[in-house]
Amino acid sequence: MSSLSIPHLLGLQGVPKEDISLILDSTDSFLEILDRPIKKVPTLQGKTVVNLFFENSTRTRISFELAERRLSADVVNFAASSSSVKKGETLLDTARNIEAMKVDIVVMRHSAAGAGHFLSERCTSRFINAGDGAHEHPTQALLDMCTIRQKHGSLEGLNVCIIGDIGHSRVARSNIYGLITMGANVAVCGPPSMFPYDLEKLGVRVFTNIDEALQFSDVINVLRIQLERDAGADFPSLREYHNSFGITRERLDKLGREITVLHPGPINRGVEIESEVADGPYSVILPQVTNGVAIRMAVLYLIGTRAE
Amino acid sequence: MKTLQNIIDEHGFDRMLSRLAHEILERNLGLDNLAIIGLRTRGEFVAQRLASKLEKIEGTLPELGVLDVTLYRDDVRQHLRTPEVRATDIAFDITDKNVVLVDDVLFTGRTVRSALNALVDLGRARTIQLVALVDRGHREVPIRADFIGKNIPTSRGQEVRVHLKEVDGHDGIDLVSIED
Repeated sequence: MSSLSIPHLLGLQGVPKEDISLILDSTDSFLEILDRPIKKVPTLQGKTVVNLFFENSTRTRISFELAERRLSADVVNFAASSSSVKKGETLLDTARNIEAMKVDIVVMRHSAAGAGHFLSERCTSRFINAGDGAHEHPTQALLDMCTIRQKHGSLEGLNVCIIGDIGHSRVARSNIYGLITMGANVAVCGPPSMFPYDLEKLGVRVFTNIDEALQFSDVINVLRIQLERDAGADFPSLREYHNSFGITRERLDKLGREITVLHPGPINRGVEIESEVADGPYSVILPQVTNGVAIRMAVLYLIGTRAE
Repeated sequence: MKTLQNIIDEHGFDRMLSRLAHEILERNLGLDNLAIIGLRTRGEFVAQRLASKLEKIEGTLPELGVLDVTLYRDDVRQHLRTPEVRATDIAFDITDKNVVLVDDVLFTGRTVRSALNALVDLGRARTIQLVALVDRGHREVPIRADFIGKNIPTSRGQEVRVHLKEVDGHDGIDLVSIED
């Protein structure tokens, strides 16, 4: 099979294993392009992609924009802070107006869960979710899985623990859905005040002790404490969070074996992760960023060329 | 009804590869600065075979690479299909090299057209030459091969099948005609 069964990429929940494998397998070709002197192929020539960002983002938008440009698509950027949303336009009106300008693919970030899903049912463009509220962030999870696969060969049977603010994290949710589909054993670890309301339904192991979680893990994905979201309400202090859940060199050394460390960025050094770990030999944080462009190229290619 | 006609058998196939290897050497005055690049998927194996023929004759292996042209195809952009993309694997700089592209069957010429675009993005080769095991005609773009294993005149409804040990367990070329 070389074609996706899904017309949009709104999340990883319910996406079949074959589709995820196809995206991950295709990524190698796009990584090769990023190493070339001319980092551009003509594949999406003549297609228009809109980056519709209702929520601030720098790295995800840049990563998508690079991926789009490297596939030779025409790119339009839309940021809510400087747009008609401020003038009271509804989400659907904004989307319909943009679509009336003949757009092929919409890459969307929104603070409301399900925003992409809502629009995809009412518009004719292809939608790619670049983060919707605390719901899903599928391309981040795909790039995490791609990075883990590079390091470990396969996801099947691998023990992966996601650490931190699980409840407010779309990265956690997409990773959990995707990793379970691909046959990994998934666990979460963090303060119970930061667990999601539907924790039992997610099918993951739960740790509240970081050392036990590390014992379990081949791979850890360390989430950012969202300081801007008043995360302080969920635990007494940043120092206490660091003492209880921070990933330190000392904690990793105690294990006596190598575990792979991921972080979706941006890092709060000294809070959820120590500098020595983030910059250390087990960290794959920078390869994650490189893979991010390649995985988004793969998604854009597969969604953009999928037959109607 | 399908009828199958064997055009070239195992021995003929081997002699054909030997001849092509000699022709490449004759044209390029040896292996200096020569790079053999196969087009995925079957051209990849034909390129490997040619490279080992060249090694037998000259004593050294030429540079060898694989090119995947999926992202450069014009039918992808027309929404005709989403072909599987595979990685290009060329571990050397093609700038100023004499590049010999290798494909199994030359038909419309569109694959080679895409390959030329892809090569240009990888560097500025000194020359680009083309090997086709079979030239079956019906070109849609002005492209020709420099080295041809066998010219097989065909109708559009016919099919040329190149069999390779690496994929099919044996070497040979068949012509398949479909009549109703």
